[in-house]
This record gives sequence, structure tokens and C-alpha cells, in this order.
Amino acid sequence: MAAIKEISINLALRMKILSNIGKYFLMLSVVFTRPEKMKIFRRRLFQEVQNIGINSIPIVALLSTFMGGVIALQTAANMTSPLLPEYTIGYITRSSTILEFSPTIISLILAGKIGSNVASEIGTMRVTEQIDALEIMGVNSLNYLVLPKIIGAILFFPIMLIFSIGLSLIGGWLSLLMANLSNTETYIFGLRSFFFTGDIGYALVKSIVFGFVIVTVSSFYGYYTKGGALDVGKSSTQAVVISSVVILICNFFLTQMMLL
Amino acid sequence: MIEVVNVNKSFASNQVLDNVSTKFETGKVNMIIGQSGQGKSVLAKCIVGLHEVDSGSVLYDGRDFSAMENHDRREIRKEIGMLFQGSALFDSMTVEQNVMFPLSMFTKMTKKEMQHRADFCLDRVNLLGKNKLLPAECSGGMQKRIAIARAISMKPKYLFCDEPNSGLDPMTSIVIDNLIREITYEFYITTVVISHDMNSVIEIGDNIIFIYKGQNWWSGDKKSIIQTENPEINNFVYASEFMKDIKASMQKKV
Ligand SMILES: Nc1ncnc2c1ncn2[C@@H]1O[C@H](COP(=O)(O)OP(=O)(O)OP(=O)(O)O)[C@@H](O)[C@H]1O
Ligand SMILES: [Mg+2]
Repeated sequence: MAAIKEISINLALRMKILSNIGKYFLMLSVVFTRPEKMKIFRRRLFQEVQNIGINSIPIVALLSTFMGGVIALQTAANMTSPLLPEYTIGYITRSSTILEFSPTIISLILAGKIGSNVASEIGTMRVTEQIDALEIMGVNSLNYLVLPKIIGAILFFPIMLIFSIGLSLIGGWLSLLMANLSNTETYIFGLRSFFFTGDIGYALVKSIVFGFVIVTVSSFYGYYTKGGALDVGKSSTQAVVISSVVILICNFFLTQMMLL
Repeated sequence: MIEVVNVNKSFASNQVLDNVSTKFETGKVNMIIGQSGQGKSVLAKCIVGLHEVDSGSVLYDGRDFSAMENHDRREIRKEIGMLFQGSALFDSMTVEQNVMFPLSMFTKMTKKEMQHRADFCLDRVNLLGKNKLLPAECSGGMQKRIAIARAISMKPKYLFCDEPNSGLDPMTSIVIDNLIREITYEFYITTVVISHDMNSVIEIGDNIIFIYKGQNWWSGDKKSIIQTENPEINNFVYASEFMKDIKASMQKKV
């Protein structure tokens, strides 16, 4: 009996996940239609670039600088073998920053910030009938609310990536200087050695995908909120958790596809 | 004219609307009345398509709304103004921006023309001068009135008001009732008002339907509602001592 119950719960869960995935793609098909009025779309886009982008800069800056510093220190501290040249520090700091830290870790952090913000904004509009009010006027509410967020994220995430890489490398450099573990010349030499431009492209693709994931998944959970203020809180938690998981899964496949 | 034909609607096992049919005439104030939780708001939301009906159909001047795709529904919805029970103002926008929103979305008006129209609508609900406030800075009754201004800004052909005067004082209530009646007659539109308030029912109700247990239990006009012997209606209409007194005094006159 218990086994049957477990199987049926399992099945129900799988059905739920499947139907949610279906609903998500249906949502996207409604989002990607022509905006009613370009002028309004531009205004909304501007708002969202501010909201999703500009407002995230301080946290990205802070994190990138400190993480860059820590990566450099860790590498330096672990380089006990005299066979490894000192410029390895710069090389490793650069690689880990470009390949994983700036695109993935920063996106995970932003999933928390942007995800909860987007889901609670749209969720509140849902439970206070603001979305119904939009629909009644004849506005395509998904297109109006979500498309500017997606475009804003796609525009902003690559900029954020470059910014984060830059600050992280600077953070690494500063920390090495302050701890007296290396010097500027060697560090920069390390940064420039074995450089492969494709890595930047790889990181850019990742950041765009992750930005898209964060915004669409969070909009999905916000838009389909049912109930009241309590449920908005739940949706926003779900938005953060699910977008983080989806980012990790995408990261795995993207890495496999592009690096191997 | 809006026709509602055999509409059924359930939420899970809870059947809220049970085979409701009715007609809302153009140029008249059509009222939906009934006790709390009997399905009035759900009926209104089914009519405008915010809830999908389980069966039955809704026709706007002969156009079968319930059979349409979302895209075509939007065209009809541009002719609808709706006041929600909870106001549903956009809380990131100012009062004025709320009223101008549908204009900026669907008309080619210049900023100045929109401003002019917004002032006109706000004036009609006695809110001129509050243009720059945010909805959160307004009282509940003010929010209601802003929502009415927004609902009429596009000069709708169909106007839905879910409890336009709940939460308003008697004076403002009367102002709002008169406003609804005026625009209905002036622009010859189809107005549907949901209300509990017997005052407004008697004041502005041209056609009245009484929803009870999800059914169109009774329909008629304001004269017949006072005189009907239907026990459910009498319980509803004469729930207060005040209305009982009125009935008694009317019967004395007769
Ligand atoms: N979205 C929903 N999901 C599930 N049940 C609902 C939903 N909306 C309304 N109901 C149910 O439908 C019934 C009728 O609700 P409705 O809001 O239409 O009442 P009402 O007549 O407008 O009452 P009031 O005068 O208090 O506003 C209630 O039993 C309510 O629980
Ligand atoms: Mg109601």
C-alpha cells in the first residue's frame, strides 16, 4: 500500500513538472509577440534595464572584486611546488573568472536578487487583479510585463559579465599586491598567457542564457501565482530555487557542448 | 447588448454558476444583486473572459465572445471598461498615469490630449488635483473612484462595475451612482453594476437580476423588486429595519 502511494505521488510530481514545462513554453509563445506600441515598449525596456540591470551593479561589483581577490589568494597559497611558475596565479585567476565565476556564480547570485524581485512584482500584480485589469483593457499582459524584462536581461547580462570579469581581475591583482605574493608584471603576464578568445564568447553565451532563464522562470512563477500575499512569497522563493537549479543544469550542458 | 446563455462555471467541485442566462440591455443600468459569495463577481469575470466558462456562451452585440481566440477577444476588450472589486490600480503609476494608461496604449492622442482627458475623468469622480499621488497614498474610497475614472477613460461601450460604492460614504456613493447613470444614458452604453446596496439598486437599477445559489433566481425592474413576494428577494431587500419601514409605509399609502 505504502509503495503504491509513493509511486502515485511520484507520478503526480512528474506530471506536475511536465505540465509546468509545457505551460512555461506556452507562456513564452505569448510573450514573444509584437508589442502593441513601440513607444511604450521602449519606455518599459528602459525601466527594466534600470530595475534588472543598473540596480544590480553594486552587488556584482562588490562580489566580483572580493571573489577575484580570494581566487588569487587561494591560488597563490596553494602553489607550494617550486616547479610552478609564479605567473600561474594570474593564469588561473583569469581562467576561473572567465569560465565559471563571472558567468555562473554571479548569475546564481542574481537569480536570488532579480528572481525574487521579478516574481514578487508580477505575483503581486496577479493577486491584486492588476494583471486582470491589463487583460480587460485588451493588453497582452505577458507581452507587456515580461518581454521588456527578457530583452533588458539579454542586453544587460553580457555587460554585467564584462564588468564582473574586469573587476574580478582587478580584485585579484590588488589582493596579491596587498599580501605581497606577487607583482604586477608577473600577474599581468599570467593573465595574458595561453589566452583563448573563444573563452569570452563562451562566457557571453552562458551569461545570456542564464539571464534569460532567471527572468523567464521568475516571471512564470509570478504570473501563475494563485491566492494572496502569502502565495506571492512562496512564488518568489520557488522562482529563486527553480531558476538556480535550471542555471546549474544549463551550465552543465553548455560546458559539455562548448568546451569539449 | 450583452447576452449570457446557459453559463455554467465550477471551481473543482464547487459549482458557482448554475445555468445562468440573462440579457444586459444597451443604454440601461443593469444590476446584478445577491448575497455575498453567491457568484456575482464570478459571473462578471466569466462575461469578460477572466474566467473560462465550463459551458454556455456570452455574446457582445451578437459577437460570440466565449468562442473567440485570445487575439480576437482583445479587440472586444478594448471596448470594455471594468471596475474591479479591489480597485486593481497599477501601484507603480500615479493616479494620472493610471487613468492615461489605456489611452497611451491604444490611442494616438498626444500627451496634452491625454492629460486633458485624464483631468476630465478625474473631475467627474471629484478627484481633480490628486493627479500626482500614488495609489498607495490614496484612501480606499479614492482608489475606487480612480479606478472608475480609469474604466471610463476610453469611453467604453460596455462598462462593468463590481461594487462601485462599497467603502464609500453615502454622499460619494450618490455621486458615483449618478455618474454611472449619466454616462450610461449619455453615451448609450451597456452598463453592468454589481451591488449589495439597496439604495443604489432603487436609485439607478433599470434592470435587475438576483443571483442566488449560482442561479439567475429572479429578474425584473426596481418597481417589481419592491413588490415581489419571492421570499429570497424579500430576505435580501428587506434585511434592514429601514427598508422594512419603507415597505410598511408604502403599503399604508396603497
Ligand atoms: N478563483 C476562484 N477559485 C475558486 N473559487 C472561487 C474563485 N473565485 C470565487 N470562488 C468561489 O465562488 C463563489 C462565489 O464568489 P464570488 O466572488 O462570485 O462572490 P460574490 O457574489 O461576488 O460575493 P461578494 O458580494 O462578497 O463579492 C465563492 O464560493 C468563492 O469561494
Ligand atoms: Mg464580489
